[in-house]
Amino acid sequence: MNAAGFPLLSLLTFLPLAGVVAILAIRGDEATVASNARWTALWTSLIVFVLSLILWARFDPRVADAQFVEQANWLPEFGVNYHMGVDGISMLFVLLSTLLTPICILASWEAVQNRVREYMIAFLVLETMMVGMFCALDLIIFYVFFEGVLIPMFLIIGVWGGQRRVYAAFKFFLYTLLGSVLMLLAILALWYRAGTTDIAGLMDNPVPISWQYWMFLAFFASFAVKVPMWPVHTWLPDAHVEAPTAGSVILAGVLLKMGGYGFLRFSIPLFPDAAAYFAPLMFALSVIAVIYTSCVAFAQDDMKKLIAYSSVAHMGIVTIGLFTFNQQGISGAIFQMLSHGIVSGALFLCVGVLYDRVHSREIARYGGVAKIMPAYALVFMLFTMASVALPGTAGFPGEFLVITGAWKSSGWVALGAAMGMILGAGYMLWLYRRVIFSKVTKAEVRGLLDLSPRELAIFAPLILLTLWMGLYPSSFTHVWEASVAALVERHEAALAIPRMAGL
Amino acid sequence: MMNWTLALPETLLAVAALVLLLVGVIPKRDMTFPITMGTLGALLIGAVLVLGTPDGQAFHGQFVSDAFARFAKILILLGAATGLLLALDWNEKQGIARFEFPVLVLLSTIGMMVMVSASDLITLYMGLELLSLSLYVIAAFDRDNARSAEAGLKYFVLGALASGLYLYGASLTYGFAGSTNFSAISTAVAGEGGVSLGVMVGMTFVIAALAFKISAVPFHMWTPDVYEGAPTPVTAFFASAPKVAAVALLVRVLADPFADLAEQWQGVIWLASLGSMLLGSFAAIRQPNIKRLMAYSSIGHVGYALMGLAVATDTGLRGVMLYMAIYIVMNAGVFAVLVAMRRQGRSLERIEDLAGLGRTDPAMALAMAVFMFSMAGIPPLAGFFSKLYVFLAAVQEGYWVLATVGVLTSVVGAYYYLRIIKIMYFDAADGALDPRSSAVSFVLAGAGLFNVLFFLFPAPIVAAAAAAVAALAG
Repeated sequence: MNAAGFPLLSLLTFLPLAGVVAILAIRGDEATVASNARWTALWTSLIVFVLSLILWARFDPRVADAQFVEQANWLPEFGVNYHMGVDGISMLFVLLSTLLTPICILASWEAVQNRVREYMIAFLVLETMMVGMFCALDLIIFYVFFEGVLIPMFLIIGVWGGQRRVYAAFKFFLYTLLGSVLMLLAILALWYRAGTTDIAGLMDNPVPISWQYWMFLAFFASFAVKVPMWPVHTWLPDAHVEAPTAGSVILAGVLLKMGGYGFLRFSIPLFPDAAAYFAPLMFALSVIAVIYTSCVAFAQDDMKKLIAYSSVAHMGIVTIGLFTFNQQGISGAIFQMLSHGIVSGALFLCVGVLYDRVHSREIARYGGVAKIMPAYALVFMLFTMASVALPGTAGFPGEFLVITGAWKSSGWVALGAAMGMILGAGYMLWLYRRVIFSKVTKAEVRGLLDLSPRELAIFAPLILLTLWMGLYPSSFTHVWEASVAALVERHEAALAIPRMAGL
Repeated sequence: MMNWTLALPETLLAVAALVLLLVGVIPKRDMTFPITMGTLGALLIGAVLVLGTPDGQAFHGQFVSDAFARFAKILILLGAATGLLLALDWNEKQGIARFEFPVLVLLSTIGMMVMVSASDLITLYMGLELLSLSLYVIAAFDRDNARSAEAGLKYFVLGALASGLYLYGASLTYGFAGSTNFSAISTAVAGEGGVSLGVMVGMTFVIAALAFKISAVPFHMWTPDVYEGAPTPVTAFFASAPKVAAVALLVRVLADPFADLAEQWQGVIWLASLGSMLLGSFAAIRQPNIKRLMAYSSIGHVGYALMGLAVATDTGLRGVMLYMAIYIVMNAGVFAVLVAMRRQGRSLERIEDLAGLGRTDPAMALAMAVFMFSMAGIPPLAGFFSKLYVFLAAVQEGYWVLATVGVLTSVVGAYYYLRIIKIMYFDAADGALDPRSSAVSFVLAGAGLFNVLFFLFPAPIVAAAAAAVAALAG
């Protein structure tokens, strides 16, 4: 049936829900419930992570098609079936989700003291939705998971967030929903045209060109908000600033990737002509995002907001890479998504470390932290360097590949992406200087404690991955090479048909 | 042929209503609880009998039993039973517990069942009036409360107007088509020489009267006032069973006798659907009273359901029936929470009164959050699938305006549903609500599980709705 010999993907997807049931069953006073809920959630997510390592071990990178495929009847007469599987593009995103979830749970160990049970349930449900979304090979199943993410995330921001959490939670929810419902209409149109929502089935039913434009725009409405692309990015800084640390980590680490993944999985293969037609628009929006949000990042005095804007800029580089339609560009975009997932997640954790101690994210409240927290300063430096794409760290291969790919399409676009790297170095180093260096003048800073063992345990896997991805990127790129090559080939073949007909 | 066994469920319930009325009068002590239980038992037996009724026509073609009627009747019985369960404890605490209440609900249930089985304009009218007269009384059931009395009166005056419209439409149809029987009207409409203007005007009046019953725009004006004024469990009942019955009836009337006039009535339903979706979402935004909010929400939901009818294909009609099936369960859950809103013996109606429910009663808050996300149409909850099927039908037939407005208003709707979640989870509590009764917990648990687990096994309900619609076409 599949390489694992048992329904591994379903297990990965639904095992967190078993953890939810276990947490719901806990009885006792508040402290007991909180501690048991934490441990149950941690163990559940760790088991899921270990199981997901089997996925990586058994994955065959030479195969371009979906592996570990599972199929079951759901609504057979409508052509909608439960169809799961991963290919080179989605496999590592599954791992990213299963890795970040236990890290988030550990990061909230002490920071969240209030309604711990509900918090852990929200995170486990979120994990189910994320993993399910990356594994889904049926559009309706994909949409169910894609939208289902909103429910736990809305609660995480709204219940455990900061001062303006209500505003941020509503903005997050309604922005994303508005984009997604338009995609739903396009999904319905595809569904009734092809009589199936199976992705493979849809690929065999090319969409007429006149339809493609509308469909592409409808999918774009959803994914552009999720990525987020300029000018619909404004929900992101609010959501990031108000979300609890772990919420920001998962938001930056996985949720933003859903948009890029969606473009790659649906928009480009299903609507090749429209994607090619709209590529200049996508480039323009991405370059504006890269340069504009980098400039905005300079003006921030809130650390989280600065990193949030840098996320928009980095995701702009991802969308540039996706719409180059060549092997380097797309490979680079995937790499950039994975590395950004790890690095920006780690940066939010770094901010969280300070926030837990001082309860402020204002840059001006800090200064000279290096003298008090040397280990922390080192960790923060590594992730800052990774964020500015220093060679040897995770940030570099992705940006380099994207710029190489973009060069093939247009020199101006490559220039825009490269500008992002330069500006990024500017604001990240400036942030680092203001927080970590200079004299210790604030009394609060003087009393800080360096990283605790728990915090070191959180950072250790991220440090390892950041260096691994930077020093030996091909152990990751070869996973998706075959799948991306197949995608590029299909895209070029699809574009060739109408031109031939035109001749 | 008489073949009266086809109406066995209705007959049994009618006999039960009379017997229960007698049983309630004779003893000296308060009989509310035993009579309610008796009524619930009768509804249950009625449901079993409904499932066992074969297809066929009875009373010289006045009454029809088919899969469509059975589907609607099961929903009606379910709605009536939850209404009764919720009323049991509430009426007691409000001091208006009287044994006539369950009997009136039972009578209105019989009316609804006759309505959805009608295959003649006169049978339809009898069912409709039996339903309406019972509803007028129970709307004003809290008779010492001015708002309840006002609700009853308002409902009566406007309801009487709707009945008048219906009779006028029916008599015009009779005059021009030559019969009140559905199949005869259908033949007359399909006949050569085109459709006479009289039949069309008559049909429009009939649609207007039924639009009043389902509170579709522009015949919705009574809804917010009646929903707000009537006792909460009565509102719960109003929003479920009669709404399903009237929607089912509208589907039957338009898809059976007036099927060949589809081009004419589609436009009317199209407008009603569009208007209801827009009004239901925008008017609810600023409502401070949760019962009024639910009134507007119900108008919006009817708008979505009518989208399937406007499309007028089998897929669309199946969407309507599925929508109503899921809606009735979501609605039961929400009203269970509303019924449980009571602090120190006083019943509460402001949305703010739910503040901090996430802390004071986490289980109920969780259930309410599920219902709210479900009503907003967020997957994987049941409410998403109800919308999915009507949108699918609309997209299939190219009704892009309806579908686009539909999804956009659902985002607006999400705003006010989220507001309730925000108040429950993000705001500080004013103090705990009184402990909820076991009937409320039962309804909450049932409706909550249905909403959460629907996505696992959608096929049986979808198949039942498909069978119901197939019976209509055949």
